Amino acid sequence: MTRDEAFLQFLLRMGDNTLVLGHRVSEWCGHSPVLEEDIALANTALDLIGQTQFWLGLAGEVQGEGKSADDIAFLRDVWDFRNLLLVEMPNGDFGQTLMRQFLFDAWHSIQLGRLMKSSDDRVAAIAEKASKEVTYHLERSADTVVGLGDGTEESHRRMQEALDYLWPYVGEMFQADDVDAEMAAAGIAPDPASLRDEYDTLIGRILANATLTIPDSSFGHKGGRTGKMHTEHLGHLLTQMQWLQRAYPGANW
Amino acid sequence: MYAQMVKTEAAQDDPEKLAAFQARIDAGEKIEPKDWMPAAYRKTLIRQIGQHAHSEIVGQLPEGNWITRAPTLERKAILLAKVQDEAGHGLYLYCAAETLGVSRDELTEMLLDGRMKYSSIFNYPTLNWSDIGAVGWLVDGAAIINQVPLQRTSFGPYSRAMIRVCKEESFHARQGFDAIRKMAEGTPEQKKMAQDSVNRLWFPALMMFGPSDKDSVHSEQSMAWKIKMNTNDELRQKFVDQTVPQIEFLGLDLPDPGTKWNEERGHYDYTDPDWSEFFDVIKGNGPCNVDRLAARNKAWDDGEWVREGLMAHAKKKAAAKIAAE
Repeated sequence: MTRDEAFLQFLLRMGDNTLVLGHRVSEWCGHSPVLEEDIALANTALDLIGQTQFWLGLAGEVQGEGKSADDIAFLRDVWDFRNLLLVEMPNGDFGQTLMRQFLFDAWHSIQLGRLMKSSDDRVAAIAEKASKEVTYHLERSADTVVGLGDGTEESHRRMQEALDYLWPYVGEMFQADDVDAEMAAAGIAPDPASLRDEYDTLIGRILANATLTIPDSSFGHKGGRTGKMHTEHLGHLLTQMQWLQRAYPGANW
Repeated sequence: MYAQMVKTEAAQDDPEKLAAFQARIDAGEKIEPKDWMPAAYRKTLIRQIGQHAHSEIVGQLPEGNWITRAPTLERKAILLAKVQDEAGHGLYLYCAAETLGVSRDELTEMLLDGRMKYSSIFNYPTLNWSDIGAVGWLVDGAAIINQVPLQRTSFGPYSRAMIRVCKEESFHARQGFDAIRKMAEGTPEQKKMAQDSVNRLWFPALMMFGPSDKDSVHSEQSMAWKIKMNTNDELRQKFVDQTVPQIEFLGLDLPDPGTKWNEERGHYDYTDPDWSEFFDVIKGNGPCNVDRLAARNKAWDDGEWVREGLMAHAKKKAAAKIAAE
C-alpha cells in the first residue's frame, strides 16, 4: 500500500463517519421530543455534512481521478464505505440516538484534537475547523446522556439499554491496521489505539455522572472502517441517500 | 382555555381604555406585553402568532421529507440549515406568544388536539425534489409577502420577531429559486419535475393569503389594530405580480391558463383558487392533514419520557445545589 492509497483510506474513514452519522441524525427532522432538540439535531447534522464536504473533497483530490465529494458520497456501494459500524446503527429512540452521538463525539473530539497537529496541513486545517463544532456536539450529547441517565427510572432504563446495545460497536474505533500504521508513520494521523485511555477516562466520567454502568465486555464488532463487513443497515440508508443521483445519472442539482 | 379567559375579560373592557389604546395604535406606538390591551386584541394575537409558530413547526415535515434524499451534500446542507431556521422561527414566535400569557405547552396541546390551526400549505405533499425548490421560492415567497408588512405590526414582540424572520425567509426564497432554476435548466426529467411542482403548488400558495376579502372574517378589527396591515386579496395580487415573471424567466408554463396582464389595472389577472378545496383543507381534509398531525402527536408522545427525564434531572441538580449552599 502506497502512502497515497493509505491517505485516501484514512480520508474516507473520516468523511464516511460524518456523512453516515449526519444522515442518521437528519432523519430526526421534525420528529424530536422538544423544539430545542429539533434545532440541535439539525445543527449537528449540518455540521457533520459540512465536515463531510471537506474530508471527501480532499479524498477526491488525493485520489486524483477527478471525483468530487458528491461523486464519492453518492456513487459508491456499501463495500466502498469506510465508516465505523457505530454510526450506521439505526436511530432507535431518542436515547439511543444521543448515546450513539455521545460515544462517537467523545472519540471524534479526541481524534480531531490529534489531527490538528497532523503533518499534513490540509488535514490539520479541516480538523481545526471541525474541532470547534465537535466540542459543542460533545458538550451537548454528554449533558443529555447525564440528564437522561440520571433522570427518571424510565429514562435511566432506556439509556442503560442504549449503552448495552451500542457498547459492542465502541471497540472498532481503536483497532489499527496497515492504513493506520502508514498514517502514524507519516505523522498524518494518530495510532487509533493511542486514543483509548483518554477515551475511557472521558466516557467513564460522564457515564458515572449519568449513573450508567459500562458493560463488562471487551467484545467489539468490526468491519466498518475496513469495509470488510458492514451491518445490514447501511444498504438501506444508501438507497435513500443516493436515490436521485442513481435514478438520474449525470444531472446537475 | 385562553378563549374562556378572554371571554371573561372582554365584558370588562373599559370604553375609555379602548379609545386610548386605539389612539396609541393610530399614533404608531408599539404595544408591549405589560401594557393594557383589549381582551380581543390579546386573543387575536395569540391565535395569529400561535398559528404562525405552529406553521413553522409543522412546516418542518414536508421539507424534512427530502433531507435524507437531497441529491448533493450542498443541497442537503442548505435544506438542513433552512429547516433549522424554521424551527428557530417557531421557537421565538412561541416566545412572543408567551408574552401574552399563554405557555408554549398550552399552544402545543391545542395544535396536537386540533383546536389550533397551522398554514394550509403544509397539508400538501412534497412529491419530487423540485418541490423543495418550489417550497422555498413560492411558499417562503408568499410568507414573506404576508410577513413584511407585519414588521410594522402594533404588537412589539411580534413586530421584532417578524424583522428577524423576514431576513431568513428572504434567504430561503432565493435559495429555493436557485434550486428550482437548476431543475428548470436541467435534463428533460428535471424540467418535468420543476413543472410538476409549480403546477401542484401554485394554487395552494395562492391560498396562503387566506380567503377572498369578501369571505374573510377577521379582517376589519385586525386592520384597525394593525395586527393585519393589508387585505388578503391585496397581498395575493402582489404575490401573483411578483411571481408570474419569475415563472416565465424559468421557462416553465404558467400553471394558471387564466393568467393575463391587465394593462388597465396594472396587475396580472389570475384565476382564484378553488375555495371549496381550501375550506376542505382547513377542516382537516387536505392530502396530508391526518399524517402531519399524527407525526407531531407521535413526536410529542414518544418524547414524553425524554422531557420528564431531563426535568427530573434538572430538579435533582437544583436540589443538590441548594443542599450544598
